Amino acid sequence: MNIIVCIKQVPNTTDVQIDAESGRLKREGVESIINPFDEYAIEEGVRLKERIGAKVIVITMGPPQAETALREAISRGADEAVLISDRAFGGADTLATSYALSGAIKHIGDYGVIFCGKQATDGDTAQVGPGIAEMLNIPHVAYVRKIEDINDKTMKVERMMEDGYDVIETPVPALLTVVKEINTPRIPSLKGKMAAKKAVIKMLDAAAIGADTQRTGLNGSPTQVMKIFTPPQRVGGEKFTGEAPEVAAALVKKMTETGLI
Amino acid sequence: MTMDYFLSEEEQMMIETARTIAQEKMKAVREHYDEKEEFPWEIVKEFAQADLCGVYIPEEYGGFGKGIMGLVLVVEELCKVDGAVALSLAATALGTLPILIAGNEEQKQKYLPDIASGKKLAAFGLTEAEAGSDATGMRTTAVKDGDYYILNGTKCFITNGGDAETYTVFAKTNPSRGARGISCFILEKGMPGFDFGKKEKKMGIRASSTRELVFNNCKIHKDQLLGKEGHGLMIAQATLDNSRPGVAAQALGIAAGALDEAVTYARKRVQFGQTISSFQGIQHMLADMATEVEAARCLLYTVARNIDKGTGTRTSKESAMAKLFCSETAMKVTTNAVQIFGGYGYCREYPVEKMMRDAKITTLYEGTSQIQKNEIALNLIKESAKAK
Repeated sequence: MNIIVCIKQVPNTTDVQIDAESGRLKREGVESIINPFDEYAIEEGVRLKERIGAKVIVITMGPPQAETALREAISRGADEAVLISDRAFGGADTLATSYALSGAIKHIGDYGVIFCGKQATDGDTAQVGPGIAEMLNIPHVAYVRKIEDINDKTMKVERMMEDGYDVIETPVPALLTVVKEINTPRIPSLKGKMAAKKAVIKMLDAAAIGADTQRTGLNGSPTQVMKIFTPPQRVGGEKFTGEAPEVAAALVKKMTETGLI
Repeated sequence: MTMDYFLSEEEQMMIETARTIAQEKMKAVREHYDEKEEFPWEIVKEFAQADLCGVYIPEEYGGFGKGIMGLVLVVEELCKVDGAVALSLAATALGTLPILIAGNEEQKQKYLPDIASGKKLAAFGLTEAEAGSDATGMRTTAVKDGDYYILNGTKCFITNGGDAETYTVFAKTNPSRGARGISCFILEKGMPGFDFGKKEKKMGIRASSTRELVFNNCKIHKDQLLGKEGHGLMIAQATLDNSRPGVAAQALGIAAGALDEAVTYARKRVQFGQTISSFQGIQHMLADMATEVEAARCLLYTVARNIDKGTGTRTSKESAMAKLFCSETAMKVTTNAVQIFGGYGYCREYPVEKMMRDAKITTLYEGTSQIQKNEIALNLIKESAKAK
């Protein structure tokens, strides 16, 4: 059985800068990192491998530079890495991304559990994981904080909710998106880093996964970003200070003046 | 700039891994372990998981095969943050070296992989209450009885004592032969007749356990003998040639950590309307500290490279020089770091007082600074005599 982990490269959020004129993210010179939530997905994939025995294959869609992220995933314990890269994939929205990733997963085959981070820290959509599951026609559970039990046919997981958690049983194969509560990612080991250095990253283009290029990249993306902007900062309200009776009187006066009361 | 020591990619990899663990895992808990004097098992697990425990162990025994230089780089980097927690790893190397130096193939296969993977820690048992600098004064005996040896005696000040699983222990097999009557054995925790005595309460390195090893008619098979009978002291000396750079690395790391803290603090602390780093008195202290740290590093790395080159000649003199210089530097630099912090430096809320306490041990164990000087002088005289 293969455990598939889908990851994304994102700009390091500690030093994100927005171009004041275009309103776009300045990517030049900004370090790319593995989406932090995906690190939990990689760790959980590796832990599941250690628990049940399987192969962890990490995949990403992106330009050739995304290989760095894949090598880092290998240093964190993944066995193999696949880069899905083609000009035809450029400009993909969440739908086209889900389509391409699901095509690659079908191509790899024999998948049992597919892991994704709950969302990426750049787009913050949380749509690609569930999107892949839909395209593969398998169940998904989002916001998973624990895998309780797993066998060849089913698994029982805990889904984190705002007011507690749900225990969900799902058939396998299934896709899980994970929250940071699920584990503490390991620090890459020396042997992992050596493996990452030597690893051969498998490349797949649109033709290799049999993708319909009308459904990939910009062509396959119904979502078009019109504008990205930083919302204007809210100006602070008026502050009344002094003794309570004076402050109350001033407040009532102000509210009457502005027609609030 | 940072001085370029022409480190290989793998060496940089080891430093980076050690730094990540030090910053992300050790920094937050160093005060806790110092205060509680607990053994840092949670951090040892991190070392193991990251493959740091076996950096100096050859690859055929599950290590990373990066020699004494590998050990030095990892220990230095860990000790920049905490010289006590890192000692679990460094003292294991000390306990393992006799097996690497004198072990037969079976012994290496049996003991090294578990140490390399971090599954087991090791310890080195040489010192006794009446045998510190003078190891030949030891009283522990190993009396041959057929295929076995019976050990009796007590070792003291054993780092990792009680927490390690594997022990290399020195005992007299022939007390009448003095230095040539000592042999080295591998012992395992739990062997009948092998117990632990009191745990020392120390000035520094408080996260490290220091205990007595007590042998009471401890019967061990002759397969546990390392090398030949009577070769114990030679094994111990060869071990120290290789392990003293490890202590030097601990000292260097503590010094480098204290220097960083002192520079950062001096740039922030304002007195008389300006940062104290603008005062020449402070600047000159920092300049001396930085120069000494860099000089110590140059000496240590060069000695470590020489050891790994394996020219066949002993490095007793050079290893002693590295240990002497690095440990005395650590004492000076940490003392000055406390001075720069002023009263705050004396308080446990700031890290430098612990660094000063931890630094002191490096001038004492594996031979005091005075013993290092003896070693250096003795070799100087010998070399000179040979040249004539």
